[in-house]
Amino acid sequence: MDLRYTAEEKEFRNELAAWLAAQAPAHGPPPSVHDWEARRAYDTGWQKKLFEAGYAGINWPKEYGGRDASLIEQLIYFEEIARANAPYVGVNFVGLLHGGPTIMAEGTDQQKAAHIPRIISGDEVWCQGFSEPVAGSDLAGLQTRAERDGDHYVVNGHKIWTSFAHVADYCELLVRTDPDVPKHAGISWLIMPMDLEGIDIHPLSTLEGESEFSEVFLENVRIPVENLIGDENDGWRVTNVTLRFERGTALASDMIQLQAFLRNMIKTAKKITSNGSTAWDDKALRREIGHLAGELEALWAMVKLSVCEAKESGVPGVGASAVKLYYTDIYQRTTELAVRLLGRAGLSRSDVGELPSHLFINRHFNAISVAIAAGSTQIQKNIIGERILGQAKEPKPVSN
Amino acid sequence: MDFQPTEDQKALREGIRSFVEGQVPNERFPDFERSKGFDRALWGELAEMGVFALRLPEEQGGIGLGYSDAVLVFEELGRRLVPGPIAWSHLAAGLIDGVATGQTVVGGLDHWAGNPDPILVEHFESLDVLLVLRPGGVYRIDPDSLDATEIDVPLDPLTPIHQITSLPQGQKIGDSQAAARLRLEGGAIIAALQLGVAEGALELANEYAKQRQQFGRSIGSFQAVKHMLAEMFVKQEAARSSAYNAGATLDAPEVADVQRAVSAAKLTAGEGAIRNARTGIQVHGGMGFTWEVMAHYYLKRAWVLENVFGTQEEHAERLADILEALD
Repeated sequence: MDLRYTAEEKEFRNELAAWLAAQAPAHGPPPSVHDWEARRAYDTGWQKKLFEAGYAGINWPKEYGGRDASLIEQLIYFEEIARANAPYVGVNFVGLLHGGPTIMAEGTDQQKAAHIPRIISGDEVWCQGFSEPVAGSDLAGLQTRAERDGDHYVVNGHKIWTSFAHVADYCELLVRTDPDVPKHAGISWLIMPMDLEGIDIHPLSTLEGESEFSEVFLENVRIPVENLIGDENDGWRVTNVTLRFERGTALASDMIQLQAFLRNMIKTAKKITSNGSTAWDDKALRREIGHLAGELEALWAMVKLSVCEAKESGVPGVGASAVKLYYTDIYQRTTELAVRLLGRAGLSRSDVGELPSHLFINRHFNAISVAIAAGSTQIQKNIIGERILGQAKEPKPVSN
Repeated sequence: MDFQPTEDQKALREGIRSFVEGQVPNERFPDFERSKGFDRALWGELAEMGVFALRLPEEQGGIGLGYSDAVLVFEELGRRLVPGPIAWSHLAAGLIDGVATGQTVVGGLDHWAGNPDPILVEHFESLDVLLVLRPGGVYRIDPDSLDATEIDVPLDPLTPIHQITSLPQGQKIGDSQAAARLRLEGGAIIAALQLGVAEGALELANEYAKQRQQFGRSIGSFQAVKHMLAEMFVKQEAARSSAYNAGATLDAPEVADVQRAVSAAKLTAGEGAIRNARTGIQVHGGMGFTWEVMAHYYLKRAWVLENVFGTQEEHAERLADILEALD
């Protein structure tokens, strides 16, 4: 149980910190969340800078242009980008964390050559076509149909929660290629170019008032058979390769930023006065913030421990569910406390006076989504209860 | 950095685990209650296992291991609810002669924040030496010189309690720095015991949920119960991570703020122990409310440990101060 960094790890941190200190401020502030073209340009522009400096694809193998950093170096990477307040993956999320790793693991040489170099350099943006109105937590129940017609699949269906759909070049699409077998055995994983005929994108306004997500309607979309990843009807296994990546380090940067958020809450509490004393003079508030700070410290130790335990396999194990649950709980309680701290200033979603209403309320809303996305809290608890603690599954319904 | 326990550390933990599973089985708890949580033979065996001499340097007759190792050992002692003033005796190994070998039994009081009222001492009758930590230093008191009254019904049947009406200054055997240091070490050791309690409570509830059948299936197959167990698992892992972090930071203080690591550990492991003990009783249903089922021992020990070396509230305030000072 040695927390000391090696000389190489220290050198990696120092070099990265120096590079970020120069480059992150130079990249400028992020554009409006509503300006999708500008967001794409901002995020892919940053990705290109990372690529040119040798920091892109931090966990990708060298043969695919990645840094091939050790898991410890990846933790250092997340600590430093959070410290420098540098941009995170943004619109490159799906390509870097799902699509790319899946193609690396399961794609043909041609598929790899066509996409991997362009994803890592920020030239190609991906979106995810997994969930459907009828297939959320029960993803394998998806119904979007792909039928063979010569050397094409003809696809019809309806996808939802597709992040970045309107600025993406490609979509990782899950389709049903065999409707006559058990649900997990008839799914395939396709690369769908987003400029094909028959793709209709409808931005979906979230409760945040933003259109991060879209619904994507597919009508007789013709996708070349060569775009199949893995074997036909083997898409469920291929998908689980991807989901394991998503549950790994995707949240690390957000976790570290939460500590800066707590510090921001202290600064804000000092600005809020009533009857001659500040909110920060309130012992109850100090205790609540201190309690959350202790839990955040425990959370980061949990990340370190699970990463070190994953060293042999290289992929985070089911313990990642515990990390996500703990993070979600801390994040939700922290941001709820932040909104309570604002009091009536929280009636405004724009900053009022010197109070950061905009940030605090946006984080509060975001924290609610974290308990739903990438395996809801309830699904994560099932995973822990069944796969780690060995409890029996709920019995299957007699008929479906 | 490699935060995982090393192979040697895993072997150390396994050794202690199999020892306490053999020597502190559920069947012995009625005996422990009769002997008020202190068993001279068991104490000698714990000493032989190196529980007290663990961190004492080899040239002083100790084993020369670090805080990380101590945390793993106390995790296992906590998991089996091993009774006795084990934490204070471990902490006193370098201060008081005869502790390492088990001949001298040491207890203690943390009076850093002044003398509390009432003054209650754990395991008073078995103590040869009482240590008191004050801001001014570490003080040694002869228990025989004190006027102590036994409390009729202690919270934890394995942790007898005496009330002391007047506490003398005692003999100063360590300076202010030594006292502050012992508080940090004590926080980490108690956090390890709390982690063990959190683990033991989950283990017991998890097995029960597999065996107990209602409505024709195991109660653990119902999501309402399964999710309680999953929440206990998260609390356990938070306690584990923070307790290990406290031990590893004490071993490598150049890496991070030791006070912050210890406070985070004492706070999250304390919460994990209490919550898991309570939820464990709920998973057991009516049987969890009986004396016969082990679940209540975890809850009672969890509350004893909560009130040693700083409560969650005290550590939360300290963590708030540390966070505030970062800006």
